[in-house]
Amino acid sequence: MSKLVNSIREAVALSGLKDGMTVSFHHHLRNGDFVLNMVMEEIANAGIKDLTVNASSLFDVHRPLLTHIQNKVVTGLSADYISAGIGRAISQGVMEKPVEFRTHGGRPRDIALGRTPIDVAFIAAPAADKMGNCTGKYGKSACGSLGYAFADAMYAKKVVVITDQLMDYPLQNWSISESYVDYVVAVDAIGDPKGIVSGTTQITRDPVGLVMASHAAKVIENSGLLKDGFSFQTGAGGASLAAAKYLKDIMLEKKIQGSFGLGGITGYLVDMLQAGCFRNLLDVQCFDLKAVESIRSDPRHQEITAMHYAAPGSRSAVVDNLDVVILGATEIDTDFNVNVHTDSNGYIMGGSGGHSDTAAGAKLSMIIAPMFRARLPIVTDRVTCISTPGESIDVLVTQGGIAVNPRQAELKQRLVDAGLPVVDIHELKEKAERITGKPAKLPKGDRVVANVIGREGDLQDVIYNVPVKD
Amino acid sequence: MIRSMLFLPGNNPNMLINGSVLGADAVIFDLEDAVSPAEKDAARVLVRNTLRYMDFTGCQRIVRINSTDTAYWKADLDAVLPEKPELILLPKTGTAQDALTADAYITELEEKLGLPANSVGLMPLIETALGVENAYAIAASCKRIHALFLGAEDLTADLRCKRTKEGREIEYARTRLVVAARAADVEVYDTPFTDVNDDEGIWTDAELAKALGFTGKAAISPRHLEAINQTFSPTLAEIDYAYEVLEAIAMAKAQGKGAIALRGKMIDAPIVARAQRTIEMAEQLGLDRRDAE
Amino acid sequence: MEMKLRASAGTMESSDAYVEIEPGTDGIKLQLESVVMGQFGEAIEKAVRNVLQELSVENANVRVVDRGALECVIRARVETAVLRGKGDAQ
Repeated sequence: MSKLVNSIREAVALSGLKDGMTVSFHHHLRNGDFVLNMVMEEIANAGIKDLTVNASSLFDVHRPLLTHIQNKVVTGLSADYISAGIGRAISQGVMEKPVEFRTHGGRPRDIALGRTPIDVAFIAAPAADKMGNCTGKYGKSACGSLGYAFADAMYAKKVVVITDQLMDYPLQNWSISESYVDYVVAVDAIGDPKGIVSGTTQITRDPVGLVMASHAAKVIENSGLLKDGFSFQTGAGGASLAAAKYLKDIMLEKKIQGSFGLGGITGYLVDMLQAGCFRNLLDVQCFDLKAVESIRSDPRHQEITAMHYAAPGSRSAVVDNLDVVILGATEIDTDFNVNVHTDSNGYIMGGSGGHSDTAAGAKLSMIIAPMFRARLPIVTDRVTCISTPGESIDVLVTQGGIAVNPRQAELKQRLVDAGLPVVDIHELKEKAERITGKPAKLPKGDRVVANVIGREGDLQDVIYNVPVKD
Repeated sequence: MIRSMLFLPGNNPNMLINGSVLGADAVIFDLEDAVSPAEKDAARVLVRNTLRYMDFTGCQRIVRINSTDTAYWKADLDAVLPEKPELILLPKTGTAQDALTADAYITELEEKLGLPANSVGLMPLIETALGVENAYAIAASCKRIHALFLGAEDLTADLRCKRTKEGREIEYARTRLVVAARAADVEVYDTPFTDVNDDEGIWTDAELAKALGFTGKAAISPRHLEAINQTFSPTLAEIDYAYEVLEAIAMAKAQGKGAIALRGKMIDAPIVARAQRTIEMAEQLGLDRRDAE
Repeated sequence: MEMKLRASAGTMESSDAYVEIEPGTDGIKLQLESVVMGQFGEAIEKAVRNVLQELSVENANVRVVDRGALECVIRARVETAVLRGKGDAQ
């Protein structure tokens, strides 16, 4: 028996996809992904209209989607993160129906509960066998973890695996098992390896980034959380990685053995695992080649599903046991609400991803951001969009000082006692505005282009269109 | 008090505007080597505006102008002096006359601007064999001299030897500068450590400079500032000892004793002076634990 | 003293501004592009005109491409371009 079919076109036809249905994709191939575009082109060719695309994230490589939107092939969009290339068009009003943003934990939860049913899931797989056992660990397009694809595979009515590395049956060490898969398609290439994972990321040389990283590491050191069993997550931004490097030095010097590193995994966390800073890495997404190599060869480095990573309302998720997370922000307001969905001009250029999930779960959630970017102060009176509510943010680290959420009085005292430059967030705002000048308020659009669904499933905020100037 | 000085390229807005928060006790706005001849005019205006509009509270401001054998140095001073930088770093100072030339022009500008005499200090950059041999004469040339500053990159080129991480080739220059500066009662600063990716080597290099008697050290990367600041700060043990010295002296005076021993060692005037300097430094750096009690 | 030459200063790098200026005949004609146009467009225009006035430039065509520069940086770039355009640069 074999589930192999000849082409994506055939798989689309066999899946029974019809007008008005929902298709889904994962984003493990990031900006190197070919699969979403290939599938959507076949769907458009088949004359199917009015689809909803539910993608865990969308990148600039997916810009052909805008044509399908204009042609009404796609009329609904749901994602956890949308990069600027597509986000800008959405902010300018390309879609009639508002986009739905969820969190990395909220998306699988809503799929599992049937709130966002998927008719056909198309799963890009760097290695698969003829029955659909598949993984991201092997193959020329290897991406490591397939964590975001599990919910799609488990709950979609039909599941199509698309691979460019067909392996002998049975594939060893599979991630998603054949029991969920209906069809398998082999293609020449599912992606461009250069866009899928980056090479070795160098520690930032930006002096401001290094100052922030050094402050961040000292905040963790003095938080009272850095002891044996410590657990940690950090993003892949320059300053966050530098903070991980400083943290590693502190952990080694103090001989602290943590329990796990979580999240999108980079080579820096792999270094920390290998140096003995953690017993395990729990990996929902690999960011670089070193992480892919590690998840393939080191049993301590384990793949986890998005549900297991971050889903609220499930029996439990790893974020609930996270000590410290380092996160970014495009804006943060004086109530510590964070915006990672839009830029300061209001254009969509991101999304929560795991931001609000980890912030809600972690004992200490820390934002690292410069006091100002391109003359725009990072601290505002009110963020353009609440991506993560201020009640789950504890500390803001900038080069000009460290602001602690007032409800964390004990932490604040610890940092003051440690001699760290603790300032009130209002002071930080004024300090930045003294340097940049006070920015004029931008006119807001009058049409909602996106709904931001909070991790508990409630409507947390809306994003308005950006008025196009004549 | 300056332990660390960070070089900032004079025509790079992004570095200049963030210069005050990078952790250096002083920043050096560089109009010389970091700026190409075609951009000297632009850097001069940019640095002047940075000095004028940006807040550098808690961070002293030094400008490295171009050397007196170029066409730029007077225009550099014309531009920055009205903004009252704490120090001028004068490159390629080879003789006392070089320092006096700059001193005379700064004096002229101070008068024109109505600034108090010698309010802007001068820090000769010793980076030639001639400068090393004339170090004392330069350090003692005029009241304006605040410190000597060793520049090892140009110096090793002049000496026709290779610049190494260990620095054997600049041993003589280092000790010579420290002796000359101390003889003239001015401060003395060590050359930057140039491997920005070597986070260990900077500690060794800074400790060596401190052991030789330098006041502090320059840096070309903010990554080196923590090592420099820590190395050139008094340790808590040193601060405690300094207090013990002063208490012992006070007690001796009260008891009418001339000389006194502490931990089996005679306390003499230089030890007392050192203890006073240590406490002064600790107070400035906020390391003085007795204040907190 | 009026502008003699066409001149430029600054760069297109982030936090910098690029300024082009040429002698004009009909007052100050200013063309401004900025990544923070909505938030700081008016402030930038005011700063540019202010520098030109301080340097007694009454007739010039000026183009400013701002990459998120602080006002003191924009002012420096305009001043340098003017000095270059007057043939005063050293």
